[in-house]
Amino acid sequence: MTSRRMGLDRLLIQRLGFSLLTLVALLTVIPIVVVVIFILVRGAPAVSWEFLSGFPHDGMRAGGILPAIVGTFYLTLGTAIFSVPLGIAAAVYLSEYARENWLTRLIRIAIINLAGIPSVVYGLFGLGLFVIFLQFGTSILSASLTLSIMTLPVIISASEEALRAVPQAFRTVSISLGGTRWQTIRRIVLPQALPGILTGVILGLERAAGETAPILFTGAAFFLPRLPHSPLDATMALPYHLFVISTQVPEMPIQIQYGTALVRIAFVLVMNVIATVIRSRARARRQW
Amino acid sequence: MQPKQTWQEYLIPRLIKASGYSAILFVGLIFFFLLREGLPALAEVRLGDLFAVRWYPIEGHFGILPLITGSLIITVGAMLVAVPFGIVTAVFISEIAPRWAREVLKPLVELLGGLPSVVLGFLGILVLSPFLRVFLDLPTGLTALAGSLLLGGIAVPTVVSIAEDALDAVPMTYREGAWALGATRWQTIWRVTLPAARSGVLTALMLGIGRTIGETMTVMMVTGNAPVLAIALTSIFHPVRTMTATVAAEMGEVANGSVHYHVLFFIGLVLFLISLVVNVLASSVVFQSKKRAERVLS
Repeated sequence: MTSRRMGLDRLLIQRLGFSLLTLVALLTVIPIVVVVIFILVRGAPAVSWEFLSGFPHDGMRAGGILPAIVGTFYLTLGTAIFSVPLGIAAAVYLSEYARENWLTRLIRIAIINLAGIPSVVYGLFGLGLFVIFLQFGTSILSASLTLSIMTLPVIISASEEALRAVPQAFRTVSISLGGTRWQTIRRIVLPQALPGILTGVILGLERAAGETAPILFTGAAFFLPRLPHSPLDATMALPYHLFVISTQVPEMPIQIQYGTALVRIAFVLVMNVIATVIRSRARARRQW
Repeated sequence: MQPKQTWQEYLIPRLIKASGYSAILFVGLIFFFLLREGLPALAEVRLGDLFAVRWYPIEGHFGILPLITGSLIITVGAMLVAVPFGIVTAVFISEIAPRWAREVLKPLVELLGGLPSVVLGFLGILVLSPFLRVFLDLPTGLTALAGSLLLGGIAVPTVVSIAEDALDAVPMTYREGAWALGATRWQTIWRVTLPAARSGVLTALMLGIGRTIGETMTVMMVTGNAPVLAIALTSIFHPVRTMTATVAAEMGEVANGSVHYHVLFFIGLVLFLISLVVNVLASSVVFQSKKRAERVLS
């Protein structure tokens, strides 16, 4: 009798406990959905073709955000040019060439640390190395290089994971058919790992495009009346622009702020969806 | 038959090898440049003045203690939010949720990780801090509390994914053993699965701290940026200023090579060393499942 009651109590506790856990999990997730919907709803009225394709005027209190959009595009492109080849090559090294020794362990510790360094410290480093020491000035080039180094660990880790997921047998067969190591990597391993690598690259670049602190002193401009002409020009950028208009400009129309936030969020959403689609399609097609 | 050796076979492995070493090079370069620009601060400002309580660079007061306490209080506050919510969410996703819920929840948490900190800061200014001001009847809503709540949100994805990986790594036989002995699923979670995943949960905590202490834009936007010593419990209801926000806010306005410039780099050096310690600790705890930790770390 007692044991049966105890069993009931335990199940009751479990039911209560599970409800509590579910509640807390929902409390964690619901705000995310609310935030996104809130910005979409509040920002939508501000977004128009003129907003996306026009220059800001009246001290940025009116007009569009084209230079910020274009600037973010340039910065993302610049970051991709430096970080994608380097990151994938480093991942290939770790997955295909490196032996487990102290040097490899050191590389891994370095990658973990790169990933953990605060973004504003990257900004300081970029200022010290690229802007001042190498004299690239406050420019797209300096900012892209800074963002590249910050993005590198994301790309390396995601790519390495994708490369390691390719079954060893693929490599063995290729080598046994007379393929060289590089041929095996290029024709067999890399194509198989490509979807995973792409997902990592997209998420890494998305994060780089959203960063403000690393570009504050390396390439971001408060306001530019024209688009940047060369990699040595400073540029406006979406996240920095949102920071500027929400803290530095008095009497800023709230609608433009929400509109800018919406464009930024839309960018994140699109990138996330693309990454998810690539991942799930690759998973469905995979034969191993 | 020997495979034909082409220039590609010679050159490319070497390039790949060099790329592999690049991570070490970059950490070294970052450290070097922080030292180069930051160490002069120690020669220009007396150590006693540097670790003093007054930060007022215009008059030559470079006491960084208020900035350190500002960073600490916000980090502690953020962890009080992120750890319970993050770990419970991880337990829910890994142990309780049906498959479809898992497929919905994971991308949502990832989405939170992808939201730019500027956007969260923007919402903090427009929505959260006015709400806190009215709700708690404060003179301003731009306080350490606002910063802690938002940073807690920013740290949640990190905590969730690492804790979830750790829970996943607990062998199914542990749970089955507990069930066979008559434990309920609830008891199994708290007495078997979570304790077995302890080291991973600890890592999640460490990396959450790392993520929080380095956050810049959000704290700069919502914490009010008043460089006052934050050592009382009520400090959470007052404006504070963190190390990161100070560097971000002031670096744009200082002359290269000035004392102020060197001190800001010195703060950067302190931040770098903190992140180094946090990450080395975190990775030594979890060296077995390091690959996943690396992925999530970013």
